[in-house]
Amino acid sequence: MNFMKVARRSFLASVLALGVFAAGSGRAQAVEIQYWQYVFDTRVQAMTELIKQFEAENPGITVKQVTFPYADYQTRLIAAKAAGRGPEVMQLFYGWLDTFIAGKLVQPLPQTTFKNAEIERDFFPIVSAMKRGEQYYGLPTAVRSMALFYNKDLFQKAGLDPEKPPQTLDEFVAAAKAIAKRDAAGNFQQVGIALDIARQDHNWWREILVRQYGGESYSADGSKVAYNTEAGEKALAFYTGLQKVHRVGQESFMDEGQAAFRAGLAGMVVDGTFRVASYKTIQSFKWGVVELPTHDGKKANFGSYFANAIGASATGEKLAAAEKFMAFISSEKAMNIWLEKVGELPARRAVALTEANIKDPIYGPFIRGLDYAATPPMVDEAAQRQVSIDMINAVLLKDTPIKDALNAAATREQAILDKFKAK
Amino acid sequence: MSVTLSPRSAGASGVWGRLSISTKQIVWAWTFLALPVLFFAIVRFYPTLEGFYLSTTDWDLLNEARFVGLDNYRKLFADPVFWQVFRNTFAYLVFGTPIAILLSFAIAYYLDRVTFLHGLIRALYFLPYLTTAAAMAWVWRWFYQPPPIGVINSILGSVGIPAQPFLRSIDQALPAIMLTAIWAHLGFQIIIFMAGLRAIPTSYYEAARIDGLGEGAILTRITIPLLKPTTVFLVVFSSIGFLRIFDQVYNMTSNDPGGPLNSTKPLVLMIYQTAFSSYQMGYAAAQTVVLFVILFSISMAQLWILRSR
Repeated sequence: MNFMKVARRSFLASVLALGVFAAGSGRAQAVEIQYWQYVFDTRVQAMTELIKQFEAENPGITVKQVTFPYADYQTRLIAAKAAGRGPEVMQLFYGWLDTFIAGKLVQPLPQTTFKNAEIERDFFPIVSAMKRGEQYYGLPTAVRSMALFYNKDLFQKAGLDPEKPPQTLDEFVAAAKAIAKRDAAGNFQQVGIALDIARQDHNWWREILVRQYGGESYSADGSKVAYNTEAGEKALAFYTGLQKVHRVGQESFMDEGQAAFRAGLAGMVVDGTFRVASYKTIQSFKWGVVELPTHDGKKANFGSYFANAIGASATGEKLAAAEKFMAFISSEKAMNIWLEKVGELPARRAVALTEANIKDPIYGPFIRGLDYAATPPMVDEAAQRQVSIDMINAVLLKDTPIKDALNAAATREQAILDKFKAK
Repeated sequence: MSVTLSPRSAGASGVWGRLSISTKQIVWAWTFLALPVLFFAIVRFYPTLEGFYLSTTDWDLLNEARFVGLDNYRKLFADPVFWQVFRNTFAYLVFGTPIAILLSFAIAYYLDRVTFLHGLIRALYFLPYLTTAAAMAWVWRWFYQPPPIGVINSILGSVGIPAQPFLRSIDQALPAIMLTAIWAHLGFQIIIFMAGLRAIPTSYYEAARIDGLGEGAILTRITIPLLKPTTVFLVVFSSIGFLRIFDQVYNMTSNDPGGPLNSTKPLVLMIYQTAFSSYQMGYAAAQTVVLFVILFSISMAQLWILRSR
């Protein structure tokens, strides 16, 4: 009996020892986490660089970057969640957040590392779109805003001063009129402004023009459509008037607004920070950037971003690693690398608002725009964008009265918001 | 080894040996067929049935599917966009199929008589069929552009016709896209028609000519009736193609898929958007069931109408 007891005890001890050993060796092994984003060359290169630096600082963690084409990206994330194998850290558009929280794809950032007070002090206020209740669900490395790109050569040819781009909507229309050119049959040879509803013009209308005419796009809590007012009507009349009344541009001229501008056949185009890298390759003419034209002295801008967030499935040591990685890619150092490689604006005020950046002829107007940019919550970005596209098309193609088109759009979009809230 | 095995194999060959040759052939046939049948059952029939079930749920990929009965169908039939899409889909079918068939028959009929450079001309007609639908759609999208870059509009302009909006018009966009789809499949249909024409015995034509029949009578009395199997095949094939049209529409209107204002959106594109942009899998499955019913009944109706009596 005694012998048996001893034998059993030594067996237990060896099992315990083995267990401790196994646990120890497990801790020494590297933790691998996955980071997902969509394919965009400069973004992927910047992230590869960031991962290299992060791994050098944190020898116990390896980060695997996984990328998908943009068209599939959101579907991949959702399908991965359905299959139970989502990433530990992911990039997501701010407008997807509600869907992702409802679908349990993301978890709140741990407050120990990411303190609300510090976030609100250091980041631009538009990051509040990642906050639900008292919790932040993600933080961006870089943010985007909008500005007016203009072709200096075409300004010069039209007798305008290329160093004095339009400041107000009236000056903007006047400049566009001077630049637009048509042939004998009335077809555009060159447009004053490249119109493109599907790209950025729907944002220009909803988040900028509506505000400049004294309205709001949505109620403060985002639950009600608020553009169905006189301000909304005036804004829509202004935008559609560019084609219908002033005849300074035409939807789908050169297929896409940015193509028309690149080809040197458009005097101006409203676009975002993300276009800078592409326009920098233009050789055939000089171009400039200026803050969006104001109305009645009112400035407005639309800020948006892809944020990084921690996947809901991350737990234990993977969660700890994900937390460290999140902190790293939200750091000042990461933002400087991102600005240099991708050309997108740093999300921290201290990094963005340096003397050099504000004075930069290209980044300056975007950074100044960020200060008064709004970022309204969205529940289904694609569906909401479609509502604006259809509203503008109804006015342009079916001559629907402004008021009716606006009413129809507001009703449709409100239904999208209501359906989401009811879930 | 051989001692222990031989009684068994003798037993098996006993059963096998007692089977008639025709039964053996059936057993062999089924043995070979088993694999594709199994494959089809798993990859085709099971998902189809699963699709029917999904159409009665509110599955959205993220949450557990909940049974909602016929709610998806009620929602679908009350949706004005669905009826617009329904009309579009039938517009592609009702105009696309007859135009495609008439055009390809006419070309095949005359091409059949051409001997000079026959092969080259036939190859030229067939070439578009070999090209990726997406690439072709993009080329046509640029053809249809407004001035100064659209080829079609510059031709119109040079003869004094005002520029047309084409893809930016709610009336012209659908015919413009349909034309691309017709052109894309023309080559295939011509080849099939020509094969059909060549299969008609020349003795019939010789006899008709000896009897003094005119070309018109030969066409309506001999050629068209004898081409019926070919025509049935092409009508069914082309109808299914138009009912499932997607590539051309999606690529030619990718800024606003199915637009402007849903004027070009076919059912398949609506299904795609419901499933993969809005993630309403249950609702998309209901739309798929409706498409299935339409495809099935139209194919059956055509086979019945064009059946050989």
